Amino acid sequence: MPNNEIKKTDIPQVLEISDVVGEGKEQKSFFFKQSLQCRPGQFIMVWIPGLDEKPMAVSYWSRNEFAFTSKAIGKFTNALEKLKKGDKVGIRGPYGSSFSIKSNACVVGGGVGMASVSTLIDVLKNPIVINGARSKEYLIYLDRFKSKKMIVATDDGSFGRKGFVTQVLNGVLTENKKIKMVYTCGQEIMMKKVLGVCNRHNVECEASLERYMACGFGICGKCMINDKLCCVDGPIFNSKQLMSMPDFGNFAMLKSGRKVTIEEYHKIH
Amino acid sequence: MLQIKLCGISLKNPTILASGILGVTKESVHRIGKSGAGAVTLKSLCHEERDGFSNPAMFGYDGVFLNAVGLPGQGIDSAIKDFGRLDNLSVPVIGSIYGYRVEQFGQVAKKMASLKPAMIEVDVSCPHMDYGKPYYADPELTAKVTGAVKANAGRIPVSIKLSPNVYDIKEIAHSAEKSGADAITAINAASGMVIDISARKPILANKIGGVTGPALKPIAVRCVYEIYETVKIPIIGTGGVTYGKDAIEMVMAGATAVGIGTGIYYRGISVFKKVCDEMMQWMKKNKVKSLNEIRGCAHK
Ligand SMILES: Cc1cc2nc3c(=O)[nH]c(=O)nc-3n(C[C@H](O)[C@H](O)[C@H](O)COP(=O)(O)OP(=O)(O)OC[C@H]3O[C@@H](n4cnc5c(N)ncnc54)[C@H](O)[C@@H]3O)c2cc1C
Ligand SMILES: Cc1cc2nc3c(=O)[nH]c(=O)nc-3n(C[C@H](O)[C@H](O)[C@H](O)COP(=O)(O)O)c2cc1C
Repeated sequence: MPNNEIKKTDIPQVLEISDVVGEGKEQKSFFFKQSLQCRPGQFIMVWIPGLDEKPMAVSYWSRNEFAFTSKAIGKFTNALEKLKKGDKVGIRGPYGSSFSIKSNACVVGGGVGMASVSTLIDVLKNPIVINGARSKEYLIYLDRFKSKKMIVATDDGSFGRKGFVTQVLNGVLTENKKIKMVYTCGQEIMMKKVLGVCNRHNVECEASLERYMACGFGICGKCMINDKLCCVDGPIFNSKQLMSMPDFGNFAMLKSGRKVTIEEYHKIH
Repeated sequence: MLQIKLCGISLKNPTILASGILGVTKESVHRIGKSGAGAVTLKSLCHEERDGFSNPAMFGYDGVFLNAVGLPGQGIDSAIKDFGRLDNLSVPVIGSIYGYRVEQFGQVAKKMASLKPAMIEVDVSCPHMDYGKPYYADPELTAKVTGAVKANAGRIPVSIKLSPNVYDIKEIAHSAEKSGADAITAINAASGMVIDISARKPILANKIGGVTGPALKPIAVRCVYEIYETVKIPIIGTGGVTYGKDAIEMVMAGATAVGIGTGIYYRGISVFKKVCDEMMQWMKKNKVKSLNEIRGCAHK
């Protein structure tokens, strides 16, 4: 019988923000001079003492530094937006599954979804990056990835190609038969379409999903997608898993645990 | 070897998922069942939908786990639609309920009973609307709630879940038994707080929360021990059970079954199978053939 014991620590560690960098409209990256053992696609829980704690993908990573990139959309992320260098937040994690790292890959990011795939892009060999957003001012990481093969698209055509990333992906997969893997993060409706495109081209896909999260380590059950826990089984799921989850692209649970359509889920919060 | 009977229900082993850890959807019930639990307790449900508290709602370190989730839940009506029924799932299901007022406990119990759970567990941790005191903190309040639930549960056995945050847990257990409870679940979390000295603030959004996991175990074992001396009804010993030896200890204190919640945090969903395997190893080594041989043996 095992004797004591398994050591586990999941308590926020309060860190000073070492830098804040504006990335695009309403989007900022927050840097910390701290080493973090982390794989591409994993996330951390960010605590603003006295306010709330929310999941954020690790968007920059090096041996002694990491950052996350937040888009201001509500109470918590607007409070983050106001934080400055020297302010303190609590960090715990990293949590969740990570992207497999395959060559001959295409990465599709929609809006701030680029944050979840950015450290993956850093480590992939010559990936094709499709970076899309509603319009020009919402695009992020254009400079950061300018040395990569990057196709930029905006819904309104204000920068790069006009149209959805799924259309661009379809073109890329049609022309380039070498691509074996597509990694994606963005709105769930978009990712569902990305999976559809991949299936039509017989290409594997891995997507980073979002659900309301409280613990981040598989206890509270708030982030369940069918029988999977988004926080520990995900947030990265592969084609096979995605196709066995009827909720994917369709349903999500509110904070209370009541299941609603994805559209309602995004509207209510 | 590990088979038990709890209020007439046969369980393949004594490990039961405690309320509030996963156990929110049908699919999670199946998953926990498949992972080896003898029974699964659902997250507590009341008469309305609740969001619960903001985050941080839980965290853990060094065998200490704190939570203050604020009883979030979809509410019993929505759960009825979601689950349909509870008697045809792959594992026996215990429906955990509560209300704000005594009548609501009865109403929710009636609705829960319509789903046909193997058992109804009553979470008496929320404060009584009129007395401002939690239902677990006063033998008379506990009796009222037990009576209201029993009157509405039909033939489904009812377990009252007690809190360690009282002066004398024996009198509360006694009162529940006298009012018709068929079992006692002991215990819920112990009240606690952790302050981050850098942030100079309590970490939990609700500031005060409940301590669970290994830190809770000695308190839970003491409570089960005291309750066993007081009542004849079976006890679901809950609090800090992480390893097989913890479950054996609970049984020695007098538990018929053991609840496991935070154990999932430490050892994953496979904790049920691991605990059972470790219990059987211990039993073989110590030539114990059935848990009946050691139940309550610490009292002799
Ligand atoms: C694994 C994961 C990684 C994420 N990475 C990033 C990232 O890198 N950058 C980024 O800007 N955003 C990221 N998010 C989303 C981010 O957590 C939400 O934008 C944030 O919680 C919104 O909080 P709010 O108070 O500002 O907005 P609210 O108005 O409270 O909520 C707006 C929307 O945010 C989502 N949300 C709210 N609370 C939570 C929660 N506790 N858990 C999950 N989703 C929630 C819901 O979809 C909700 O509809 C990630 C989410 C997950 C699950
Ligand atoms: C996150 C969390 C949520 C809980 N929610 C409930 C609940 O809704 N109803 C309830 O009766 N007990 C609830 N509990 C208490 C547990 O059921 C159990 O009594 C307690 O955690 C002690 O057991 P453990 O140490 O095995 O976790 C909760 C515990 C945790 C950790």
